[in-house]
Amino acid sequence: MVRFWEYLLIAGLIAVLLVVSHWIGQQAYAWMPLEATAEAQKVDDLFSFLVSIGAFIILGLVAMMVYSILFFRAPKYDYSEGHPSRGDLKLEILWTAIPTLLVLWIAFQGFNIYQQLDVLGLRQIVHLHTPLESQPAYAIATGEKPKPAAETIEVFVKQWDWSFRYPNNVTSNELHLPVNLRTRLNMHAKDVLHSFYVPEFRLQQYIVPGRDIDLVVTPTRTGKYKLKDALFSGTYFALMDANVQVESLEQYNQWLTTAEQEPTTIKNQAVAEYTQPPKTLFKSGWYTVAPNQTAIAQNAVP
Amino acid sequence: MESITRDQDSPTSQNEPENKWRRYFSFSTDHKVIGVQYMVMSFLFFLVGGLLAMLIRAELITPASNVVDRPLYNGLFTLHGTIMIFLWIIPFNAGISNYLVPLMLGARDMAFPLLNAISFWMIPPGGILLLSSFLLPNGTAQSGWWSYPPISLQIPPGQPINGEFIWIVSLVIIGISSIIGAVNFVTTIFWMRAPGMTFFRMPVFVWSVLSAQLLQLVNLPSLTGALILLLFDLSLGTQFFKPLENGDPIIYQHLFWFYSHPAVYIMALPAFGIFAEVLPAFSRNPLFGYRSLAVASLGIVVVSIFVWVHHMFTSATPSWMRMLFMVTSMLVAVPTGVKAFGWTATIWKSKLHLETPMLFAMGGAAMFLLGGVTGVMLAAVPFDIHVHNTYFIVGHFHYIVFNTITMAIFAAIYFWFPKITGRMYAEGWGKLHFWLTFIGANLTFFPMLPLGLQGMVRRISSYDPRYQGWNVVASLGGFLLGVSILPFIANIVGSLLYGTRAVNNPWHATGLEWTTTSPPPQDNFEQIPVVKRPPYDYGDPKYSVIEPPDYHQQEN
Repeated sequence: MVRFWEYLLIAGLIAVLLVVSHWIGQQAYAWMPLEATAEAQKVDDLFSFLVSIGAFIILGLVAMMVYSILFFRAPKYDYSEGHPSRGDLKLEILWTAIPTLLVLWIAFQGFNIYQQLDVLGLRQIVHLHTPLESQPAYAIATGEKPKPAAETIEVFVKQWDWSFRYPNNVTSNELHLPVNLRTRLNMHAKDVLHSFYVPEFRLQQYIVPGRDIDLVVTPTRTGKYKLKDALFSGTYFALMDANVQVESLEQYNQWLTTAEQEPTTIKNQAVAEYTQPPKTLFKSGWYTVAPNQTAIAQNAVP
Repeated sequence: MESITRDQDSPTSQNEPENKWRRYFSFSTDHKVIGVQYMVMSFLFFLVGGLLAMLIRAELITPASNVVDRPLYNGLFTLHGTIMIFLWIIPFNAGISNYLVPLMLGARDMAFPLLNAISFWMIPPGGILLLSSFLLPNGTAQSGWWSYPPISLQIPPGQPINGEFIWIVSLVIIGISSIIGAVNFVTTIFWMRAPGMTFFRMPVFVWSVLSAQLLQLVNLPSLTGALILLLFDLSLGTQFFKPLENGDPIIYQHLFWFYSHPAVYIMALPAFGIFAEVLPAFSRNPLFGYRSLAVASLGIVVVSIFVWVHHMFTSATPSWMRMLFMVTSMLVAVPTGVKAFGWTATIWKSKLHLETPMLFAMGGAAMFLLGGVTGVMLAAVPFDIHVHNTYFIVGHFHYIVFNTITMAIFAAIYFWFPKITGRMYAEGWGKLHFWLTFIGANLTFFPMLPLGLQGMVRRISSYDPRYQGWNVVASLGGFLLGVSILPFIANIVGSLLYGTRAVNNPWHATGLEWTTTSPPPQDNFEQIPVVKRPPYDYGDPKYSVIEPPDYHQQEN
């Protein structure tokens, strides 16, 4: 009879935990930045699902520990045994099998959502190089064909700025994207590794010098966002930002026309800092890769 | 009890106490001396690494870059990471393992005592060399503890001896030391066990050390090789990793993470082993599912060899590789989950004693849950793509390396302090240390998770003002964490000098190390023990040590 009530209590606690974990999982949407692409919603769904499962596991085990601390304390100097149980084969099989099934389920969910993202097309990904060749040979990875897109924008990144070239050959330091249109970003790094990252897009991709890397993105919400370099790229890494403007197709086309006639100049923060004496408490004066002279000259123009 | 006067019985006691401290500065081949040397040295590096961390947190308390200039900031986080991994956790684990493994196995020493000493004495020069790079005209390495090329190859012109060069040479020295140490540990565990010490009578700590050292043997040569190739690129003009000269920087990432992901388990497995020793002792229960937990250590080894690409999901990695490594990375949750369930079941329906080692062990085990769950999240490719290289990773990682592993290390120090020193520590100071650490650690590392979700990139020296709130909390937590070490130092030093004499087995624990004196004599045991009992026999009335309530009072 006691065992029956114990099982009933455990079942009740599991039910409460399930409800609480589900609620925490629903809150998880609010922990993320705005969803600005079709892909972001799917990533957030996955995150919410993971938070629910994680909350269930953490709350369950921590509750058991706290309960033990409150109710299973030994009197001082009592070093007699707690209970003699060394194991329980059924229980051990159960807690091996359940996590195995759980992670396979999570992996399946992850795979499904990854398939739906359909954002990446890697060209020339496999880099084959033999010592006899003077030039590297490339092979196209199977299944990594570039995805179809309505617009292609070239992205260039180097120490210390981003620049973007549009279909009408306009170049700008701002990334303008038409809303609800699949746009391919064809990315190139000129010196070291960088990483393209817009948190609201939930997308991140390393850009490797010498490789063409495509990222297809479909913004769904107009607004102004920040592109960040997510992979450490040197001294002025923290300043490797660029504005991202998602706008209607009309506004986008209008901007392209305006920019063609009147190129916009945006002050480069890294150059501004490089040309000024440091304002920090401790100054090491250690070596840094300098911005190029053209960038310094351009920034000097008022 | 005899342990009180054990020092006088020791074969080396004729020269004590005047020569006692000197042997810790000597080329001793005694595994216990080497163990202490490792632990003390790594703790000194921990203080240095912690100081660098506090400077980093001082910089990040405001959005602007206003405390240290950017190259110095880059050097700070590079050396903070390097020191904490290669000069704190890994050598400390080597130290505590060195001290305990022969005692736990019933051996007189490690299999190769001379090699053991050589392995230790390679580390101080490596560490000092690394720190000396602060004195170079252009300072330390600045490319992060990953040292990804080609950024790690951007050096000051005309300076062949530069921070990056020193960093690589230091790590190669430390890496070779670890490989030598691994050979010694694996050999000792296979061949030096006392009669009757079958594999399934070995404590889980020994299983964990065996597993960690097997990983060192299999995976560490990959990092050492990558570093040597990087050194060639840096100094000899080769082009292994230079993308604009036919090299491939992604190959470096594969070689680097082939070691450096399993390195997390190399660090964590001994911590799991510590939990498996401390939790049963202070619960008075056998370790629940002992065989499962022992085998789970080997399970972690097998699976963790196949997970490295999850650090490269955004590195121009093809989809098939992303999917494959998503599954393998998630599978690590199975053996680690088995361990976490086993610890909890050990505590359940027990007789808990909440002394300092138990507090650190329970705190560490509880925080491992958050570290582990966020780890599974990171294995899910679509989510990882969003938070990769953000503070979410930093938070997850520190929940493992500090909130789990360093907490376990403190549990170990308090648990085996009486055995190692022959003195008891002060319980009140220990508990103060625990609470400051527990609160400080959560204040420091929890804010990193929401910061990462919001998109704050790691390794930046200035940030958008909207991230400031959580950063202030993290910085204040970091300073508290810095302060938390003071009661620990006071306790250790004070107890060494004035602590109550320890008995052989102050915790009434099972395990061979508790059957010898505190501290153990030169050859560990009067006679090599013959093992006839299962491990963790706390629940077996036949073997349980049940002492009268005034046990401690009588002895103290």
